[in-house]
Amino acid sequence: MTEQQIGDSRQQAVESKTVFGFWVYLMTDAVLFASLFATFAVLRNNTFGGVSGQEIFSLPFVLAETLILLTSSFSVGLAWLAARQGNRQMVLVWLSITFLLGAAFLTLEIREFIHLYQEGNSWRRSAFLTSFFTLVGTHGAHVTAGLVWMSTLLIRIYRGGLFKSSLKKITMLSLFWHFLDVVWIFIFTIVYLMGIIR
Amino acid sequence: MSLLGRLDLDALYQGPVTAAGQLSLLLAGIAIVAILTYKKRWKWLWREWLTSVDPKKIGIMYIITALLMLLRGAADAAMMRAQQATAAGDGGGFLTSDQFQQVFTAHGTIMIFFVAMGLMFGLFNLIVPLQIGARDVAFPFLNATSFWLFFAGAMLINTSLVVGGFAATGWLSYPPLSELAYSPGAGVDYWIWGLQIAGIGSLLSGINFFVTILKMRAPGMNLMKMPMFCWSVLGSLVLILFAFPILTATLTMLALDRTLGMHFFTADFGGNPMMYVNLIWAWGHPEVYILILPAFGVFSEIVPTFSRKRLFGYTSMVWAIWAIVFLSFIVWLHHFFTMGAGANVNAFFGIMTMAIAVPTGVKIFNWLFTMYRGRIRFATPMLWFMGFVATFTVGGVAGVIMAIPPADFQLHNSLFLVAHFHTMIIGGVVFGFFAGLIYWFPKIFGFKLNERLGRYAFWCWFVGFLLAFIPLYILGLMGATRRLDSYDASLGWQPLFIVAGLGVVAIGAGIAIQALQLYVSLKQRKANLDTTGDPWNGRTLEWSTASPPPFYNFAHIPLAAERDAFWAAKQSRQAKLRLPYQPIHIPKNTPLALIISGFAFAAGFAIVWHIYWLALLSFLAIVGCLVLRSLGERNEYTLPAADVAKVEAAIRRRYA
Repeated sequence: MTEQQIGDSRQQAVESKTVFGFWVYLMTDAVLFASLFATFAVLRNNTFGGVSGQEIFSLPFVLAETLILLTSSFSVGLAWLAARQGNRQMVLVWLSITFLLGAAFLTLEIREFIHLYQEGNSWRRSAFLTSFFTLVGTHGAHVTAGLVWMSTLLIRIYRGGLFKSSLKKITMLSLFWHFLDVVWIFIFTIVYLMGIIR
Repeated sequence: MSLLGRLDLDALYQGPVTAAGQLSLLLAGIAIVAILTYKKRWKWLWREWLTSVDPKKIGIMYIITALLMLLRGAADAAMMRAQQATAAGDGGGFLTSDQFQQVFTAHGTIMIFFVAMGLMFGLFNLIVPLQIGARDVAFPFLNATSFWLFFAGAMLINTSLVVGGFAATGWLSYPPLSELAYSPGAGVDYWIWGLQIAGIGSLLSGINFFVTILKMRAPGMNLMKMPMFCWSVLGSLVLILFAFPILTATLTMLALDRTLGMHFFTADFGGNPMMYVNLIWAWGHPEVYILILPAFGVFSEIVPTFSRKRLFGYTSMVWAIWAIVFLSFIVWLHHFFTMGAGANVNAFFGIMTMAIAVPTGVKIFNWLFTMYRGRIRFATPMLWFMGFVATFTVGGVAGVIMAIPPADFQLHNSLFLVAHFHTMIIGGVVFGFFAGLIYWFPKIFGFKLNERLGRYAFWCWFVGFLLAFIPLYILGLMGATRRLDSYDASLGWQPLFIVAGLGVVAIGAGIAIQALQLYVSLKQRKANLDTTGDPWNGRTLEWSTASPPPFYNFAHIPLAAERDAFWAAKQSRQAKLRLPYQPIHIPKNTPLALIISGFAFAAGFAIVWHIYWLALLSFLAIVGCLVLRSLGERNEYTLPAADVAKVEAAIRRRYA
């Protein structure tokens, strides 16, 4: 892309109705998570004779997850900066790194879920586990959606270079990704840390 | 696990009453297909309507869907009234308990989600872009998707009539009754997924119109110059943005309980049914304000127009809207004072509830002061307004009575409550939307509705409404609870139930006259053509363009330097400048919105019947459609200035 096109696309991304609309969507998603958090807060002690958070959470494991996700937020920020400069190569590099980190996070989360399931602590066991799986799983589903979105962008930019709306799309993707990071901070604190303190 | 999940032939037959419903649905379907084929209108339907992204067409489709659903909901209401009028003592009535439960569930669900919401989004689509001087909404494709999701939800919930049966759990399906243990059938699942699909459509519409109003107003129209209808829509949209995600989350949790064996709201394993009741009302209370605010907005347009005065107290109207928006989020607990949250909690929610009467009262007085010393024309929209003021005030006072927790302990779940919220919803929302539809009908279709039949319809509705619901207030005070399929003859309730039944007959006559009015007006449209674009001597920008407006709404984006911009322009009598036409960007038609909601319907149906392979496939297909859409860069075309000139010349010829 030429300097002129880069300037145009930057302008477009700033003024875009789409980006504003995406912010609004993120706020509604925040309300959705708030409902799940409220439900978790109400049900977290209802273990019905089953395990409590204290017995199943491993802090080092969750800390690793957290660090991976935080790092991926940093790398998606770098991808956005590269897109602003019209640097296709670096966009690809940073988006790929973000994708790998996101996939690693998801793998760890799925491992935790499978482990819990195999130990007999499935979502059917108690209201606490129900709300735990749903809250954390909904975050995981969002991460999955983000990865699918990211991979379509990666393929497009890899095959055709940066395009007219690519900065706008990367802007929204990085907003989405940062949002998931913020939600995860709340999950880390409210579900895991407070779960272990009791 | 069979290929069709738990779906089998038994799901089709549910007794003679349902069979009659199934048969009428089947005949209606065959009739529609036959007419379309006979008139060779399939291609026209596809190109002009099904693939359209024009908000004016989408608005019309919303309203047609909502009016069809109104017939279904009204039929349910008639069945309930007929049952209760005849069900004194043993052996009365013609419905079984289970059928009666399905009927009242269907009535509530369909009236709120598919009639009131449909009429509301229809009006948003038809009027908001025109009133703010915009050519379109912010995201036309998303808008079409919202409509088709709403339509898919409506179809899914009506499919339960044919296959499997309606939920029998009340319109909000409280657990634990709605849990698998007590409602093992498909009804509750239909309810969940029908509402979920339509609800996601509503949420997307909320985002869309929120951005449209904030980002696409005509030059010069700052927020405090915006027409009051748009203000009320904005208030309603903010409520949608905050409330509908809660509904999405709540329905998902209930679905997870039912399909994956989770324990959010079950009676055992530590689940908490009252959590559901809290969540559903944290959505449900704002929902009633989502519906009523736009109705207030309609009246705020109608009253100044037909009084030939500017709206009294514009600023206080705006603040009243936002006070209502804020308060509506801190009153949800008044729906279940009997939960036992304690005196202090109940007192807080009771007082907040009463406080809502203040901004609402401000609005009522502003309308009345607008009429004061105005030159009032009593056209049909004004009749609906006057009917609204009378009924809504009565209903509001009944609401304040129930906001007193000790009184509510008596009135909770009684017919007094049923009478109260019908006074608000019929006397407020329905009267408001009818008034709006009559008021804006010439703008949308280019000819006025027959006034005389409109007056007859109003009086049937108004008298019918009073006959149907005043007895319910009295019955409620006599101790009749809601959702009764029979009662003891010695209670002496039957005469009042019969009067209420007569009220429904009168409302039915009103609906019939409205249908006749539509038919007669269509036949005589040549005599009632609106050739000026401004049939009522209106005040706001929608009246400044042709009726019906060209597909791009405005050849030139209007200027809105002051409130009631069109009125001001008419008063100043400036000679119209003939500016040169500019090319206009128009979004292209696309079938993708229809296809996506088709898959959403399939996914919903599949989950209801546990056909998981189909659900997964449909879900992946939706993702595929979205990816496909995101790849396209050219979703709009440019209409050259010469073509705009042609369309405008054709409009002038039509009016000459």
